[in-house]
Amino acid sequence: MSAEEPKNQTPFSTTGRSRKGEPWVWLTAMGLSIGVVMALGLLLLIVVKGTASFWPRRIELMEVKTPQGKEMIAGFITRETERKDSSGALHQEVQIFRGNKDISGDTFRFYDRKDILKASRPKDYLRIERTEYGPAIVKPVALETSSGKVPAKAADFHKKLDEWIDQAADARAQLLVIERKKIGAISREIDALDTALKNQKVDPKVAEKRRAELQAEFDQRQKEAAEIRAKFTGTNLLVQTADGHDASIPVANVMGVFQSNQAGLFQRMGEMWHRIWEFLSDEPREANTEGGVFPAIFGTVVMTLVMSLFVTPFGVIAAIYLREYAKQGMVVRIVRICVNNLAGVPSIVFGVFGLAFFVYFVGAKIDHAFFADQLPTPTYGTPGILWASLTLALLTLPVVIVATEEALSAVPRGVREAALACGASKWQTIQRVVLPASLPGILTGVILAMARGAGEVAPLMLVGVVKFSPTLPIDGVAPFIHPDRKFMHLGFHIFDLGFQSPDAEAAIPVVYATALLLIVVVVTLNLTAILIRNRLKKRFATSSF
Amino acid sequence: MSVFSKPPEGARPDFIRVDNFSFHYGEKQAIFNIDMAIPENQVTALIGPSGCGKSTLLRNMNRMNDLVEGVRHEGDIRIGGVSLYDPSIEVISLRKRVGMVFQKYNPFAKSIYENVIFSLRVAGRSKRSELDETVERSLRSAALWDEVKDRLHDSAFGLSGGQQQRLCIARAIANQPEILLMDEPCAALDPLATLKIEQLILSLKKQFTIVIVTHNMEQATRCSDRTAFLYMGRLIEFGETMQIFENPKQKETEAYITGRFS
Repeated sequence: MSAEEPKNQTPFSTTGRSRKGEPWVWLTAMGLSIGVVMALGLLLLIVVKGTASFWPRRIELMEVKTPQGKEMIAGFITRETERKDSSGALHQEVQIFRGNKDISGDTFRFYDRKDILKASRPKDYLRIERTEYGPAIVKPVALETSSGKVPAKAADFHKKLDEWIDQAADARAQLLVIERKKIGAISREIDALDTALKNQKVDPKVAEKRRAELQAEFDQRQKEAAEIRAKFTGTNLLVQTADGHDASIPVANVMGVFQSNQAGLFQRMGEMWHRIWEFLSDEPREANTEGGVFPAIFGTVVMTLVMSLFVTPFGVIAAIYLREYAKQGMVVRIVRICVNNLAGVPSIVFGVFGLAFFVYFVGAKIDHAFFADQLPTPTYGTPGILWASLTLALLTLPVVIVATEEALSAVPRGVREAALACGASKWQTIQRVVLPASLPGILTGVILAMARGAGEVAPLMLVGVVKFSPTLPIDGVAPFIHPDRKFMHLGFHIFDLGFQSPDAEAAIPVVYATALLLIVVVVTLNLTAILIRNRLKKRFATSSF
Repeated sequence: MSVFSKPPEGARPDFIRVDNFSFHYGEKQAIFNIDMAIPENQVTALIGPSGCGKSTLLRNMNRMNDLVEGVRHEGDIRIGGVSLYDPSIEVISLRKRVGMVFQKYNPFAKSIYENVIFSLRVAGRSKRSELDETVERSLRSAALWDEVKDRLHDSAFGLSGGQQQRLCIARAIANQPEILLMDEPCAALDPLATLKIEQLILSLKKQFTIVIVTHNMEQATRCSDRTAFLYMGRLIEFGETMQIFENPKQKETEAYITGRFS
């Protein structure tokens, strides 16, 4: 209590409080807390739901009552809800994921708790990860190989099975190399030969000879692939579903087997890490609801980095001219207002502009000038990662310009004068003194631009993002960098899974996991930039004045 | 006081010649028809109350005021007989001949080494031996060498205020200018650092012609040979420091140095 306050005023006096502005302090604190709680709640939801989708659950074997009688089902409980029917009675319901899409058709089903007559967790049930049709939840019967059957009861059943699964994984890797890389290279060469022939750039006889060679190599590769496949014919995992159907799963399609009801805590944690790793490193399968999102991570990171590569020099150069060289008058003021307003233009408008200008105008011109022999198939005249990066660079340009201008104007006048007094020209002063001193501020702008650009989806849909692309924008095929390629993006992946997926229920966990991943990727990119900035700050810390 | 001295043998008595010089910031006239001759290799102090035009005059000696918009001047300033405003004079080459130290120490966000050789770098000189030699010579001249020789490549911001100001002096003299302009170089420093800078000024005047703006009367008496008193943009009195402080001819000078107004 300070001395100026009237003595008779109690600390709880309303007049005193409002005079000191305390209600306003509370109001502002409340506003902040609501914001923090909402942000943390969102993060918590995404983290919990995102990681929970990787946790291996127990398989429940249940006997349920149906209108036709009784039915045995096996699966994971994925959700528990309440439903009010038309009479107003409350039903406790559980959602079961039954797997076996190839046998039963639908995978998710709701059951009333009252209809579940018996439930158990039999030890022998397996969750089988497959390349097709999603997981299978079944009881193993036997492993069928060319040399006979190994019954599931046999002691070495799981050992044998694991050996075969490992072999299948090796074979898939080999097939990937043969079919995608080697045969892909041959087809590309044949295509190139065709265009060259069409444009009469190559002697037809030479072309015919080369084509025959390529065809022979192609056949050879196909034979190799067929041989690898042949090793697995007749090797099947014989299984039985909960309702008694017998089924046979080719071992070549099995990616992994997990004894859900026998695994201990550490095995389950190991399996969780295995699934997280698969999610991070694999390509999507089954309309993106299974497998991983590696192409999307890669596309997001590459696009964001390329975007920063474009936006940083342009933004900085523009800001230097605006702040240091342009005569500060009406025109510069109008330009500045325009730049600031550019930041408020809806992003889809940038997408339309990018499509019209970059893709249809610039891209078409490039095609006519450099890829005329490929026409009418467009090379750059179609959406691609380069155009997406450029569009987003345009979108984030105002952020960089504004931040750079602020940083430049924050460099003290004394430092500029000192440089000039040392005989530096204006450009030397800017280049050697002003820019280094404003680098941390400029980087802050780049960080903000990256954060905005990495999370943007709407314009990307017009200028280069696709729901599935097996090829990456940077790979081992010459010329290694493919700025014309379409790419996958985590943000679009979320949209696609959440709203365009044929199996919405199956997509839910992947949506959460992808959302978590997008946040992680953006935060990682930003943290890296912040670390770089802080290192620079230490080096270029401004003096006490 | 042995520090006062006549200009050394052969030194030009009117090395810097201010000739009927007037200066305007837009509508406002800051300097009215000043005439003065500053001798070579001596320390000349400019004193006067705030806003009297002493800094403006100093900043015209290396055309630093060109940066301000809407300025104009009449009359002339000549260094060694050559007009600063001669169209054939390049501002950059002029500033290489006239170094400047500012009121607020303003080292660059670079290492101590790079700070000192900045003027060489912008002049495009990059011979390692020359740079090393310049750094040592300048830092020794600025009485800073012994304190920083082991951390030449550390950030200049790690130095104390007084050291940073001496670094700025080393930077200003690295390119061996003829003239050193100092605009209240001790205003932001504590008494001990001030003392060091003053000693430095006395040792530097053997090599350079120094013009120093100061608010500190004692500083003017301690380290200048000649003193000019400016008031309201006019040169009131200019003479040997001893004479100005002990026997001022003008009433305004006397009033100012005895502290009756400021």
